[in-house]
Amino acid sequence: MNLLFHIGRYFWMLSRVFARPEKHKIYVKQLFHELEALGTSSIGIVVIISLFIGGILTIQLAYNLMNPLYPTQLIGLGTRDTLILEFSSTIMGLIMAGKIGSNITSEIGSMKVTEQIDSLEIMGINSASYLILPKIVAVVFVFPFLVILSIFFGLLGGMIVGPAVGVVSLTEYIDGIRYIFVPYYVTFSLIKSLFFGFLVASVPAYFGYFVQGGALEVGKASTRAVVSTNILILLFDLILTRLLLT
Amino acid sequence: MIEVVNISKTFDGKKVVSEISARFLEGQTNLIIGRSGSGKTVLLKCILGLHEADSGQILYDGRNFTQMKIKERKILRRELGMLFQGGALFDSLTVEENIRFPLDMFTPMSLKEKLNRVNFCLERVNISQANQLYPSEISGGMQKRVAIARAIALNPKYLFCDEPNSGLDPETATLIDDLIQSLTREFKMTTIINTHDMNSVIEIGESVLFLHQGEKCWEGSKSNILHSGNKVLNDFIFANKLYATLKNESREEG
Repeated sequence: MNLLFHIGRYFWMLSRVFARPEKHKIYVKQLFHELEALGTSSIGIVVIISLFIGGILTIQLAYNLMNPLYPTQLIGLGTRDTLILEFSSTIMGLIMAGKIGSNITSEIGSMKVTEQIDSLEIMGINSASYLILPKIVAVVFVFPFLVILSIFFGLLGGMIVGPAVGVVSLTEYIDGIRYIFVPYYVTFSLIKSLFFGFLVASVPAYFGYFVQGGALEVGKASTRAVVSTNILILLFDLILTRLLLT
Repeated sequence: MIEVVNISKTFDGKKVVSEISARFLEGQTNLIIGRSGSGKTVLLKCILGLHEADSGQILYDGRNFTQMKIKERKILRRELGMLFQGGALFDSLTVEENIRFPLDMFTPMSLKEKLNRVNFCLERVNISQANQLYPSEISGGMQKRVAIARAIALNPKYLFCDEPNSGLDPETATLIDDLIQSLTREFKMTTIINTHDMNSVIEIGESVLFLHQGEKCWEGSKSNILHSGNKVLNDFIFANKLYATLKNESREEG
């Protein structure tokens, strides 16, 4: 019953979010602000995590494919496909739910408990649309770029670490990442990123928008938002994989 | 003028506001007073439409707010100004941007005109040289004054203040009270102030509505509040020793 209440209220909020904006110019300005605050500021963490994971994946695959019967190109291939199919979209989505999601919940939640949202409503402004729409658009727009960036730096991480620790040569690794390349995997990953981007922005916004109480509740809402977003990302990952890959 | 007729509001089966009717007149400061939990904030939020009243009517100069559609309410709300307890200034905007915000949203003014209006509003609340500061960089009293400046930016017909003096020292609180009263008179606004500060009542209580346990208990003005003969009201007022002393002194003089 409680779950149905939250689902109903979430869709009610979305209906307000996608209502016609009061003044487009202000919303565009907000959108650029959010692109910088939520998108550009995430590039650093995406690059660092992807570099490390790419390197770690290469070492682990090399360890598992030690048998001389396996061609060494499989190390690069395995790293590439793991990054494209799962890491750069899903795992990055989970990480971004922590970074961007908690940021959105705490920002909107703080505005709620300090009556800034009431203040917008009294001015005659649709607070849900003004605060949440630019965030959703910004995150959905920026997520595919972060995925591409993550794939690139993940592969680069493998390329640096693999030869450096001596588990695979540079030529073998490059051969591997070019071996049996399926472009549809990238399309699949980008489609997933659009869904995950929407969840990462809208679910935490929901938890922030309806928070009640004070700073303590904002913190709790932030935690609940991250947990719920993570579960939904995994659920959608399962559904999309079933629908698009099998 | 704002008129509320038989307004009731229930939360989880508990009646928080019960059948309250009152008139809040234009050009004067109308105070809603009462203990914490007496229903004054809920009543104010019902008048503003932040809470939907279960029954009754709210009339803004005869316009029935309770029967308005969302779009009509949005238009009416542009005639409202609100001063929240904590100021509710937008943290990410500077003082100037905060006051400019409603102008950006709802007026076709040029940037120069908007800045002139911002500076006029800031001057009116006696603030200068703070345009580029953020709310976190100014004092609580200044935040309240900036919030008043933002509330009057669109020349509202109705001004609402929720506990305008909370957290302020007595001197600043008096300044805020005087400012609200002078702006009310100057712009002929209908002002409703929600407070439990007796100093405000004595200073600017041109019309006073006293709530007790969600019901209207007494109505009058600052001139007769100290001699109302209403026991519940007297218990509320004379809980403050200063007013109890004042009353005793006036009784002795009388």
